[in-house]
Amino acid sequence: MNVCVIIFPGSNCDRDIKLALQKTAGFKVTMVWHGDSEVPKCDAIILPGGFSFGDYLRCGAIAARTPIMRCVVEKAKSGVPVLGVCNGFQILCELGLLPGSLMRNSRMLFVCRDVYLKVENTDTPFTGSFEKGDVISIPVAHHDGNFFAMQDTLNRLEGEGLVVLRYSDEAGAITSLANPNGAQRNIAGICSSNGRVVGMMPHPERACEMVLGNTDGKLFFKSLKSALTV
Amino acid sequence: MRAQIKISLKKDVLDPQGRAIKKALHQLGFSEISEVRQGKYFEVDIDDSLELMASKVVERMCQQLLANPVVETYSYELVD
Repeated sequence: MNVCVIIFPGSNCDRDIKLALQKTAGFKVTMVWHGDSEVPKCDAIILPGGFSFGDYLRCGAIAARTPIMRCVVEKAKSGVPVLGVCNGFQILCELGLLPGSLMRNSRMLFVCRDVYLKVENTDTPFTGSFEKGDVISIPVAHHDGNFFAMQDTLNRLEGEGLVVLRYSDEAGAITSLANPNGAQRNIAGICSSNGRVVGMMPHPERACEMVLGNTDGKLFFKSLKSALTV
Repeated sequence: MRAQIKISLKKDVLDPQGRAIKKALHQLGFSEISEVRQGKYFEVDIDDSLELMASKVVERMCQQLLANPVVETYSYELVD
């Protein structure tokens, strides 16, 4: 099974996520440069974290207009699972594949630490191996992770069960104290209406090895493996 | 000709940067300031041959890249 990781100038989690895909789930990984016009035949696409194009204009704005993204949109529309992590989530929002926008953190600080997340949607290719209500710990590292959408969009996301992850405390309570960036309704990750496109601010690829002190991230990649194996 | 393009955050959108700037202005003694909203400003030089098409081109630029319609609005002027 082949997963494509799209690389932009300024991507910096591309090799971490490649390793996570290979080591936790045995995927074959193809790295794809943003200037290419075609994404090779693949079973899933990952937009990695980083600071594509230096976050110029808006985070993810320039990356979303690169030639490769037309092909990513086509593949997403045909049902190929797409995961955007951190900057990848920002790019998915800029592309319009996911609603909303990631704004500057409300306290203006770059937040880099482990956070607790409550898994709310297990019907996506990336969260199928979790149990609904699981509380996991995954690191975040961002300056612009403050999820914003208009109230009607938020209501629709919640109404259709498209909120995948929320910032919570260790017990799974959704509190403002557990919210690292001011994200509306503690939203850390969402998916498209068909569940195939997922965006999340936390970095599962940084939580896949005991030597790093945390393996909660593995299940995102194992979920993908299971989803594609069925 | 030149397009002078302003991008502003919609009024419902929280602007932590504007808020930090307001606080700094207050600390400098500008106590009469009640609100600061930060935006972006672009100067885009356009080939004069576009003439009447220029505003359409600027609109398209704003919609496709310069503004994020989810959180921002744009306005512009064309000057010689």
